[in-house]
Amino acid sequence: MIFKLERRVDDSRWMAYLSPILAGALTLITGSILFWALDKDPLQTLYTFFIAPVSDLYGWTELGVKAAPIMLCALGLAVCYRGKVWNIGAEGQLLLGALVGGAMALQFLESDSAFALPLALVVGALAGMAWAAIPALLKTHFNTNEILTTIMLNYIALNLLLFSVHGPLKDPGGFNFPESAMFTEAVTLPLLLEDSRMHIGILFALFALVVVWVLLSKTFVGFQIKVLGLDSRAAHFAGFKERRLVWLALLLSGALAGLAGVCEVTGPIGQLVPQVSPGYGYAAIIVAFLGRLHPVGILLASMLMALIYIGGELVQIELNLPLALTGLFQGMLLFFLLACDVLIGYRIRLSPRFSATRKPSSAALVNGADANLSTPSQ
Amino acid sequence: MDYDLIVNILYATVRTGTPLILVALGELVCEKSGVLNLGQEGMMLMGAVIGFIAALETGNLWLGVTFAMAAGLMMSLLFGFIALNLSANQVATGLALTIFGTGLSAFVGSDYVGTPLVGVEPWHIPLLSDIPFVGRILFSHDPLVYLSFGLFVGVYLFLNRSHAGLALKAVGESPESAKATGLPVFRIRYLAVMFGGAMAGLAGAYLSLAYTPLWAENMTAGRGWIALALVVFASWKAERVLLGAYLFGAFSIMHLVAQGLGFSVSPNLLAIMPYLATIVVLVMLSSDKARVKLYAPVSLGKPFHPVD
Repeated sequence: MIFKLERRVDDSRWMAYLSPILAGALTLITGSILFWALDKDPLQTLYTFFIAPVSDLYGWTELGVKAAPIMLCALGLAVCYRGKVWNIGAEGQLLLGALVGGAMALQFLESDSAFALPLALVVGALAGMAWAAIPALLKTHFNTNEILTTIMLNYIALNLLLFSVHGPLKDPGGFNFPESAMFTEAVTLPLLLEDSRMHIGILFALFALVVVWVLLSKTFVGFQIKVLGLDSRAAHFAGFKERRLVWLALLLSGALAGLAGVCEVTGPIGQLVPQVSPGYGYAAIIVAFLGRLHPVGILLASMLMALIYIGGELVQIELNLPLALTGLFQGMLLFFLLACDVLIGYRIRLSPRFSATRKPSSAALVNGADANLSTPSQ
Repeated sequence: MDYDLIVNILYATVRTGTPLILVALGELVCEKSGVLNLGQEGMMLMGAVIGFIAALETGNLWLGVTFAMAAGLMMSLLFGFIALNLSANQVATGLALTIFGTGLSAFVGSDYVGTPLVGVEPWHIPLLSDIPFVGRILFSHDPLVYLSFGLFVGVYLFLNRSHAGLALKAVGESPESAKATGLPVFRIRYLAVMFGGAMAGLAGAYLSLAYTPLWAENMTAGRGWIALALVVFASWKAERVLLGAYLFGAFSIMHLVAQGLGFSVSPNLLAIMPYLATIVVLVMLSSDKARVKLYAPVSLGKPFHPVD
C-alpha cells in the first residue's frame, strides 16, 4: 500500500467526533455517484432525499414520528454496547412490545377507560423487557452468545406477530386481511400537533434520553457498565457484579424497545399489522454507533436515520427509485463510519517506500503500542 | 407414517441442509483462521440476488453460480479491508456487512422480484440413485448438493490432513507464534475470509437457483445466522458441521412432517422451529464453558496488528 497506518500515542478525541461527519459526507458522495449512474440528476435526487422531506413543518413532525422509535431502541442499545453486551435484538423486542401491548389495547374495544392507554404502554414495555430477559438469562447462566440468541429471538418475534395477525388477533370484520381491529380513541396516543401524526411518543424518547444520559454519566452503575465494556477483567477484579450489569443493560434496552413498539401500534399505525417496523431495531444499531453510544449523539443520529427513511420514501414516489435505497444508505453509512473510525487510533502516513522522512522513534512507538495490543489475555 | 413420507422427509432434509453446509463450511474456515465474520447473511443475500440475475440474463445457470460466488467474494473483500486492513471491530464490521448486504441485495434485485426462472434440475446419478432408500435420499439431487458433499470432503481434508490447514489453524490459535515461524498471518486470514465469502455466495445461489428458483427480499431468512450457530454447535469440527446442518434442515421442514401426520399447525408457528432449535442447541453447548474454550480458536475475533 502507498499509505501506511501509524498508531497514535493517544486516541484522537477530535476524530471520534469528526468520524461520523466524515462518514456522512462519504455516504453522500457515494450516493451522488450512484444516482448519477442510475441516470438521475444527483443534486436533484439528493435534494429530494435529504432536504425536501424537511422543507415544511409537516416534514419535521414526520421526522419526529420516525425518530422516536429509533431513538428509544438506540438509547437502550447504547447502554448494552457500552458494557460490550452485543444486543442485536431491539427489533424483536420492539415487535413483541407491539404485539403484547397491541393485544392489551384490543381488550378495550368497547371501553373508554382512562387506564387503557397507560396499561397498554406499560404492558408493551414489560413485554419487550421480558423478551430481552431471555438472552440475559441465557448469557448469565448458560454462557450463551447473546448475538446469536437475540438474532434468533428477532425471527421468532416476527413469526409470533405474523401468527397472531393471521390467527387469534385477526379482525373478524376485516375481510380476512391479516390485521387486527383498529384501536379505539381510548388506546391511541394523543397527538402533539394538530394536522400531523406526531404523537407523545417523542416525549417518551426525550425522557428516555435524559434517563440514559444520567445513568451513563452520573451514576456508579453507569461507570461500572463502562468499565465492564472497556476491560471486563478490571470489572471482575473491582468486584463489580457482572451478571447484574448484563441484566440491567438488557432489561433497560428491552423495555425501551418494547415501548417503541407499543407506541408505533397505538400511535401512527393504530392497529396490529404484519409490518409494524421497517427495521427500526436494526437501524438503531447503526444509530447507536453513529451517535458514539452517547445520548446526545444518538438524538442527532436518530434524526438523520429518520430522514433517510422519509427521504427514501420520497425518492420512491417522486423519482421512481426503489425503496431499498433506504437500506443501502443505512449500510453504507455504517461501513464508512467503521472505516473512518480507524483514524481515531491511527494516523495515515505515506509508506516508507514513498517517503524517506520516517523517524526511527515512531517505529519504536508502533512496536510498543502493538505489543500491548496484541497480547491481551495470555 | 408410511415409507414414501419418510423418504421424502429425508430427501427434503438433505436439500434444506445444503445451503447451511455451504455457508457454515465457509465460516468454519474463516473462524479457524481467527476471524469472526458475522456478515454471512449479507453475503448470502448478495450471492442469491447476483446469481439469480446473472442466470436469468445470460440464460446459463452455472454462470449464475459463478457470479454468485464472485459476489460473495467481493463482499468478503469489503469485510477484509475494514476488519483486517483497518483493524476495525470484527463484530461491528460483520453486522455492517449484513445490514449493507440486505440493503444492497434488495436494491439490486428490486426489478426481479417474482420473476420466474427454471432452476437447477435434479441429476440422478446412474446406478447409485437406483439403490433403494439411500439412492433417492442421497443421489437424486441437483448437482449443487453433490458439490456440497465434495466441498465438505475438501474442507475436512484441508483442515485435518494438509500443511496449509495446519498453517491456517496455527494463525487462528496464536497469530504471534505463527508470524514468528514465518507464516504470512495477514495473507492467510485474507484468504480464509475470501473463502468464507465465496461459500456464502454459493449458498445464496443454491437458494435462488435450486432450492426455490426465484428472488425475494431477505429470502435467506436467517440461514446465515443459523450457520454461525452451527459452527459453535460443531465445536469447530467439519464433520459435525455436516451433521448439524442436516439436523437443522430437519427442523426447518417440520411442516412436511406435520402434514404427513395430519396436523394442521400455523405455518408461522412452524417457522419458529429452526430458530428455537438454534437457541436450545446453543444453550446446551455453551453452558459448559470449559468445553467451548477447549475447541474455539484461541484468537477468534481478536484483531492482529502486524509489526511492520
